[in-house]
Amino acid sequence: MLKQLSVFLQNKAGRIASITNTLSEAGIDLRALSIADTTDFGILRMLVSDISAAKEILSKENCIISVNEVAVVAVPDEPGGLARILSLMAQEHIDIEYMYSLIERSAKEAYMVFRVSDEPKLLEMLEKNGLHSVSAQTLGMK
Amino acid sequence: MQKYYTPEIETASRETIVQLQNERLCATVKRVYENVSFYRNKMDEAGVKPDDIRSINDLHKLPFSYKQDLRDTYPYGLFAVPMKDVVRLHASSGTTGKQIVVGYTKNDMDVWDECVARALTAAGCTDEDMVHVSYGYGLFTGGLGADGGAKRIGATAIPVSSGNTQRQVTILKDFGSTILCCTPSYALHIAETLYANGYTKDDIKLKSGVFGAEPWTNEMRRQIEDMLGITAYDIYGLTEIIGPGVAFECDEQTGMHVNEDHFIVEVIDPETGEVLPDGTQGELVFSCITKEAFPILRYRTRDIGVIVRQKCSCGRTLCKMTKPRGRTDDMLIIRGVNVFPSQIETVLIERGYTANYQIIVDRANNFDSIEVQVEISNEVFSDTVKGLSVRAKELSEALKNLLGVNAKVTLMEPNSIPRSEGKAVRVIDKRKLLD
Repeated sequence: MLKQLSVFLQNKAGRIASITNTLSEAGIDLRALSIADTTDFGILRMLVSDISAAKEILSKENCIISVNEVAVVAVPDEPGGLARILSLMAQEHIDIEYMYSLIERSAKEAYMVFRVSDEPKLLEMLEKNGLHSVSAQTLGMK
Repeated sequence: MQKYYTPEIETASRETIVQLQNERLCATVKRVYENVSFYRNKMDEAGVKPDDIRSINDLHKLPFSYKQDLRDTYPYGLFAVPMKDVVRLHASSGTTGKQIVVGYTKNDMDVWDECVARALTAAGCTDEDMVHVSYGYGLFTGGLGADGGAKRIGATAIPVSSGNTQRQVTILKDFGSTILCCTPSYALHIAETLYANGYTKDDIKLKSGVFGAEPWTNEMRRQIEDMLGITAYDIYGLTEIIGPGVAFECDEQTGMHVNEDHFIVEVIDPETGEVLPDGTQGELVFSCITKEAFPILRYRTRDIGVIVRQKCSCGRTLCKMTKPRGRTDDMLIIRGVNVFPSQIETVLIERGYTANYQIIVDRANNFDSIEVQVEISNEVFSDTVKGLSVRAKELSEALKNLLGVNAKVTLMEPNSIPRSEGKAVRVIDKRKLLD
């Protein structure tokens, strides 16, 4: 299980640039980033190299933030690799709130972030089916 | 620590107060009738002679005064003394019309200082305190009014005035201010700036605040108290009456004691002008009974409130007025429903939002629309679109229950609603531009 940082975005030009700049100036690396947007607002979700530092800096910048647990799942890099995982989740009635992919990957696997209704159940399901999640350590996050 | 600034008045029996009011009212009516043609003409028109006013029970016979009267007699038409006796002028900002001017004699200044000294004393101020005044100094009565009260007590006044919020924080911290005086919205802004600079309430020495000049809710009070680690007291006043200090709050925080030895308060039905019994909501009307230069009688404040006359747990016997819900001028009429911005504020804060909000009213195709823009807090935020949308929808429904019409809710980032250094701008009514 990993901690993900989310930031509230009012739909305003240049906001994402200013947030990513703030993080880069503090030497914080982005491991993954996704944006959910509606007509009224947006949510920027990130996996970062140092979450407590990122949280502190963004709070000082008056950002509205939340920290949530997500799972990073190693998806076999082959046709049907993701489809299989999604079907297994459906069978187990694990609901997906949202998902997005990481830039980082291993030789044979792509990494994907999942925010689900029942995370322990997801991890159990992965193990039972010979799949695995990725640790914060592997991704160089603290 | 001294509990009352003038115990002989603040804890006086009803008989004593009424007797003082009777004498002072009769003398004031006689004086304005003789010295100010405006009052003489108005009383003659109403068929009232000074002799008809024998006690406060006759007060209702006198005609009302309105803001428009101050504008019509601008600048000095309502002054009751020669200008050589006037030692100070103040003026209202004039944002809602032509500016108005009021004057004070030396004695009026003493009365004013005393009124504010009572308010500061009720907020725990002694001659050992440092009173940080962030109301604007100048023609506005806030800054110099608070300053005068602090000086009267012998406290140390710090005349920071409004604006330059970074410097406000530095002074709070470095000078060791113990009591803050400003508008409640500015107090919140100062608190936010304190935290934005990486400090907390533990880095300052404030113990209380005396906030006024705009309506605010108890929910906002709790926010200010929590952030600054203080007790927040309300203070009431109008330039037309004297400035801050017409009424002030005690530890009970359930209303403001009216300085009844200087001002008589009535509650009337704003439509009919009829005087309403204690405990009934209506428009507050004030008469000045000790002022020399500008003794306005039966002034229609347009503030909506209630008067209660029960002995307070603080020991004061002065009657109390509830926190005004707003001015009749601030009241929004949206598709026929009367709404005060303070009611919207209560809904917002109850649901974990900030007190930083703005209400935008517009009209399209003869249909009023209302949008509430509010800065969200970490408490309300969710990382899922569904979560955040549900919260916005819940707020929109709560507002619909209050307003009877659909309100669009727009969630905003912190600091995106313009901050005011004086009175907060809560409503932007675009309908007025169309009329």
